Amino acid sequence: MAVAAISTQDGTPASDPAPHVGLRGVTRVYPGKLAALGPIDLDLVKGEFFSVVGPSGCGKSTLLDVLSGLGRPTAGSVTFEGRPVSGTVPDGVGIVFQEDASFPWLTVHSNIAFGLRRVGIDAAEVERRVDDVLGFMGLRDFANAYPAQLSGGMRQRVCIARTLVMRPRLILLDEPFGALDQQTRLLMGDELLRLWRETNATVLLITHALDEAAMLSDRIGVMSARPGRFLECVPTHWPRERDSRIVSDPAFGHVTARLWSHLRAESLKAIGGTGVGR
Amino acid sequence: MIEAPEHHARRGSALDAMVTVVVLLALWQGVYGYVGDAAIAPPLTAVQHLAAMLATASFWDHIMATLTAFAGALALAAVLGTLLGLVFGIRRFAGDVAEPVLAGLYSVPKVTLYPMILLMFGLGMGAKVAFGLIHGVIPITLFTLSAVKAINPVLLRTARALRLSQFETIRTVLAPAVLPEMVTGLRVGFSLTLLGVLIGEMFASQKGLGFLIVNGLSLHNVKQTTAVILMVVLLAIAANGSLLWLDRRLVHRGE
Amino acid sequence: MTRQRAVTLTRLAWLLGAIAVLEALCRSGMISPLSLIPPSEMAVALGGMLWSGEMTADMIQTFSTVAIALTLSIVIGLVLGVAVHALPRLSRGLDPLLASYYSIPTFVFYPLFVAIFGLNTIPLIVLGMAFGVPAMMMSTMNGLDRIPRVLLRTAKAHHLGRIRTVALIVLPCAVPYLFTGVKLALAYAFIGIIAGEFILASGGLGHAIAYAYDGFDSRTMYALMLFVLGLVTALNMTLHAWEGRLMRRRIGHD
Repeated sequence: MAVAAISTQDGTPASDPAPHVGLRGVTRVYPGKLAALGPIDLDLVKGEFFSVVGPSGCGKSTLLDVLSGLGRPTAGSVTFEGRPVSGTVPDGVGIVFQEDASFPWLTVHSNIAFGLRRVGIDAAEVERRVDDVLGFMGLRDFANAYPAQLSGGMRQRVCIARTLVMRPRLILLDEPFGALDQQTRLLMGDELLRLWRETNATVLLITHALDEAAMLSDRIGVMSARPGRFLECVPTHWPRERDSRIVSDPAFGHVTARLWSHLRAESLKAIGGTGVGR
Repeated sequence: MIEAPEHHARRGSALDAMVTVVVLLALWQGVYGYVGDAAIAPPLTAVQHLAAMLATASFWDHIMATLTAFAGALALAAVLGTLLGLVFGIRRFAGDVAEPVLAGLYSVPKVTLYPMILLMFGLGMGAKVAFGLIHGVIPITLFTLSAVKAINPVLLRTARALRLSQFETIRTVLAPAVLPEMVTGLRVGFSLTLLGVLIGEMFASQKGLGFLIVNGLSLHNVKQTTAVILMVVLLAIAANGSLLWLDRRLVHRGE
Repeated sequence: MTRQRAVTLTRLAWLLGAIAVLEALCRSGMISPLSLIPPSEMAVALGGMLWSGEMTADMIQTFSTVAIALTLSIVIGLVLGVAVHALPRLSRGLDPLLASYYSIPTFVFYPLFVAIFGLNTIPLIVLGMAFGVPAMMMSTMNGLDRIPRVLLRTAKAHHLGRIRTVALIVLPCAVPYLFTGVKLALAYAFIGIIAGEFILASGGLGHAIAYAYDGFDSRTMYALMLFVLGLVTALNMTLHAWEGRLMRRRIGHD
């Protein structure tokens, strides 16, 4: 599973001339409604951990839709690894949704193997990779259980495992830990970091939890109220080897304060200041 | 929206079932004691008469007449109902247009249509199959439609995220996702198709279990009526029980 | 045009279109008048029969039978539903019964009921109740089950006594589900009673249809069919719309 890490000593992802993911002037307007998103300009460096925070209804999920290819932008362009993205999900992109997307009719093992089997990888290799990921995600004991028998957190792990086993180069997560309690979230955050380091993927995490964004990311994009635009991208300069205990770093408080200073005003707008909130 | 009838019946233990059976038998005997031989046969007599009938070839002719019509009607209802349900479920607009009409047809006394069917098909197997079909096809369609509409959209988004083709999505995600509710629809369709065939036989047939029930009444052969009713009830319970068991084992796992 | 309106208009168009096609097929002779008469003729025949009053006796008989069966179904179903909800022991005894109940073609008991009660409305009422009672009972249980526990605890926090809790919290919460039970009970009553009248009865709309069929009186037969189907559909649609309105006000319903 391990791939040689491309990073400098202080943890800043090594710069790459072309961005891994690029958005230029991306907007999304839903028919008959107000503009939902944009314009967005964003470059993701290969291997970076980028979080998106913003008030309710600002278009975070729409951003993920457009970025992943699940939806098309109304205007602007999206590129992944130099190639344009529109309408279909490109190879090498993994998505973890907010809701539980485990297939209730398959066991944990079959759920995880699902994607691999569809692309025609031979059975022995499928078994090897699934077993790897089961171990990595701590799901070995539940390999033959059905999702209905597992807790919400476990099911979300199954979804992450199913994405991971495909070895994506870009991982998109839409509030994956939303339904979990705070302590479980912190532990899952640590797992996500471990995953990120092992796979060297570029990660984009959407979350409403400021502390989560602050402790996990290399950079945090703060979105405005609808229509969402990036107000600022806050860098954290954390070392690559980090976990939830980063909260004790004095810089952590500064980062969250910076995020909230933007978001407080935007969130007030979103909940009805201008009447366009959700 | 319709639900399976057993939606709220939780699983009872075997002891509860036995107690219930005993209570029912006692009630049966009690009713007999109250109304007497002219109206109903007591449990033991009914069983004996049934056993005797099962030894005769003519009784088996009637059984086969019913079963043949039933099997034909069910097969047609299952295929037609599933297809219609899938189409109406996938094509949302068509589904929205059709659903209230189907729900309306579901709640209407379909016996009212029997004379029309008889005029079209004449007396015979064709009409019986048609009776069973009109009873069974509607719940199968409605349950399938409902199942497709109720698919968790995140599962379809996952299919797109995993870059599955349209065909693969239907085969590996849509089909397994709708199967449980579809199977429930098939179970309901099973019972209703049987009912339709039996009622048809009671009204306009010279063969079949439904005919025997009514025939027993007109010949004042109460034993015949009671025995055949007993048989039909036992068959229905056994069939439904097996379907439920299969359902729980294969489809609704772990729920 | 909103989608809702488009859906309704499309449905109307299809229904009218189907009637028009039938009319054309019948008038042109492609469908023999022995099998089916044109819809317009059905309507005319029905109008004439209603006006002349020849249907009145049967109508009254069927409607009164349905009304009695419906009332009994509601009352008994309600009582049973409340009882079973309050006494889990009772539910354990009934569970195996309910599990297979709907799979039994209860209609086959009808001749037995006739043998026991005679050829009058009693066996019909029993038949009408056969599915109405369990439907009402299960709807009642469902409604009581779905009262969010937090509301009952809120009642306690407001020091509401038993009766006031039932009147102010339980009933309003359960009403939409009870209404569903009433809707189902009505549908089942009509289905059972008309079917029973059809097979074996001394009067009523179902009997009138069968009688017309036996007498080769297509006009009367189809007129009656049109009436029964139209009426029952209209009643069910009205209740369904009413039910929808009640349900939409539900808190936390799926």
